[in-house]
Amino acid sequence: MAEITYLEAIRQGLWEEMERDERVFLLGEDVGAYGGAFKVTEGFLKRFGEARVIDTPISEAAIVGAAAGAAHMGMRPVAEMQFIDFISCAYDMLTNYVATARYRAGLATPIVVRGPCGGFVRGGPFHSQNPEAAFFHTPGLKIVAPATARDAKGLIKAAIRDDDPVLYLEHKWLYRRIKESLPEGEEILTPIGRARVAREGKDLSIVTYGAMVWKSLEAAEQLEKDGVSAEVIDLRTLLPLDDAAIVATVKKTNKLLVVHEDTRTGGLAGEIAARINEQAFEWLDGPIMRVTAHDVPIPYAPTLEDFVLPQTEDVVKAARWLAAY
Amino acid sequence: MARIDVLMPQMGESIAEGTLSKWLKKLGDEVKRDEPLFEISTDKVDAEIPAPAAGKLVEIKVQEGQTVPVQTLVAVLETDKGAAVTAVTAVTAASAAAPAAQKAEPPPSAPVRPSPPPSVPVSAPVAKGDGTETAEERLRRKSTPLVRKIAAEHQVDISTIPGTGFAGRVTKNDILGFIERAPAPGAAAVRPSPPPSGPVVHPTVEAWPGDRVEPMSKIRKITADHMIQSRRTSAHVTSFFEVDYSRIAELRVKHKASYTERGANLTYLAFIAKACAEQLRAHPVVNSAVSGDTIIYRHDINVGIAVALEWGLIVPVIKHADELSLMGLSRAINDLGERARTKKLSPDEIQRGTFTITNPGVFGSYAGAPIINQPQVAILGVGTIEKRPKVITLPDRTDTIAIRVMGMISMSYDHRVVDGADADRFLADVKKTLQEFPEGAV
Repeated sequence: MAEITYLEAIRQGLWEEMERDERVFLLGEDVGAYGGAFKVTEGFLKRFGEARVIDTPISEAAIVGAAAGAAHMGMRPVAEMQFIDFISCAYDMLTNYVATARYRAGLATPIVVRGPCGGFVRGGPFHSQNPEAAFFHTPGLKIVAPATARDAKGLIKAAIRDDDPVLYLEHKWLYRRIKESLPEGEEILTPIGRARVAREGKDLSIVTYGAMVWKSLEAAEQLEKDGVSAEVIDLRTLLPLDDAAIVATVKKTNKLLVVHEDTRTGGLAGEIAARINEQAFEWLDGPIMRVTAHDVPIPYAPTLEDFVLPQTEDVVKAARWLAAY
Repeated sequence: MARIDVLMPQMGESIAEGTLSKWLKKLGDEVKRDEPLFEISTDKVDAEIPAPAAGKLVEIKVQEGQTVPVQTLVAVLETDKGAAVTAVTAVTAASAAAPAAQKAEPPPSAPVRPSPPPSVPVSAPVAKGDGTETAEERLRRKSTPLVRKIAAEHQVDISTIPGTGFAGRVTKNDILGFIERAPAPGAAAVRPSPPPSGPVVHPTVEAWPGDRVEPMSKIRKITADHMIQSRRTSAHVTSFFEVDYSRIAELRVKHKASYTERGANLTYLAFIAKACAEQLRAHPVVNSAVSGDTIIYRHDINVGIAVALEWGLIVPVIKHADELSLMGLSRAINDLGERARTKKLSPDEIQRGTFTITNPGVFGSYAGAPIINQPQVAILGVGTIEKRPKVITLPDRTDTIAIRVMGMISMSYDHRVVDGADADRFLADVKKTLQEFPEGAV
């Protein structure tokens, strides 16, 4: 078993699916000759040829539109957004066209739109975004956000095989930071719609996803020294949310802290809080709390970025407060 | 100035009203917190009621000799504004001045807690316009949905639980710990959970001409409900053992005078209580309770002695009976029995029994199958003790009929946790202890 990075795990997942199913193809800006801005698709052009690894013009709307059309014709396209921030250029295609196709015309649109999201890399406002909330509000889409190398691989493969359009949010801060030994020769598939208990605990639950899983696990380590036992739930799939897993952890610990890197207002934490309120109100032994980014664009200045994004200490502080409530 | 309502308290479970027997303070008197304010008398007990807060007795609403339902307004105290008022009884307020909004800071003695994260606005509780409670009191009274649910399920009064959350808020762990520590229905704040089949309803029966119909007294009603509830709750089985009390009879004759000199009455019951207390330590399951799917093995051995009164049945409890000598037990039995008859028992003295002895033999009963006193799992019945012919085997192995002092003991036990073998081993050991009672222990 070789230790591979989160980025390599995505690459392997794509590679395996392209080997497995010739309907799978890649399209995006610089995915071919350049191998992708982060080198996720390096070597793909050579192996699979220009017909299956397509460099496109700089138009996210065109990329998603082409992918959707190909999908209707029976293909399994994987579209890359060079930075997920620019998915907003394809907002119309995704929300008006792709997400509604099945409802309007009974047309499955099995596309994957993947791209690097998230901050902590001094990327500034155009290269650090977390766009999930806008699409979370769009019926007809699925959204996944892996935190581990295993899930990075398992979810890209599951997304490609899914008959619905899936947004695959890969966190660029995790690309080369996260390493994991994955078994070779074993098919890794992570079921869409199922959360994972990243750490067992009993005093409170931290429900989170993406890079914040790691910040929350760090926080849980620190909290343990204070005698606070935090359970960490890695959602993995954001849409549809795994209600059963969230309700189960709340029934277990009776306190819920939702952590996300996305900004606060209209973020997923609000929806999760509402669902717990509806489904597990009588199990709560404290208010549902949130740790999120502040409601501002990500600043260029490193000190300001650190301030705006939720840090491990913020999670620790909020969890301590909630545990003592 | 804040006004504090003093209410008729609930003394023990199932008591719905109390008689104010005596005022210990006069109108206008200054009282300290917890200083006895008045005396009450209920069906079961008489007790002094302490003042819930320091202040001046400004109104007396219930006069001596009046009987009122629990939670009735009895008196009003006036306190200095701002004094920390933590009345056990509900606090309402009539004065206009509302305290300034205060932040919910933990008390200084509490472990240091971080203030909420900066992005988490915690609104300071604002006192209602007519309120005089401090912010802390309001928080203390508030509870989370989970705690309320647990409280409702276990019928626990949240305000009686010490809280460790912010501003003394009762947390999940507080209430679960409280329930775990005090699962007995005796504890004032905890009532037994209702049996699966719901509250006890006694069917109605037609009265015929000439019959006299009168309402049950409270103690009668409690007994009626408890007996049905116990039958519903426990799987009753009764075992019978015959005991040869001849040795006890001799010991009694020999030592009765010295006991009388020391003001105690050496009865068969004292010997039996002594034997049971000793053997309960060796047979912990007989001294247990069933709580849901768990068995609580009681640490203490608290033996209740059923006392028949003209107005009903009461079971005062001898705490730590296993730690008392025969003399100590004799005194305790005499004392509790006497005070039961004169209604001088405190609520504490009829609670927390772990095993009960009932003695119908004094009325001539040969043996009985008593009903378990919930939530205990066993009750011992003592049959009449009298001289009977008994076949005994002499040392030369010939049989003969002798006149011996004999009596039956019977024990009803809860077969959910006590098997016949457990019960019979316990009874055999009690019998052996009685028949071979060491003279040194008298």
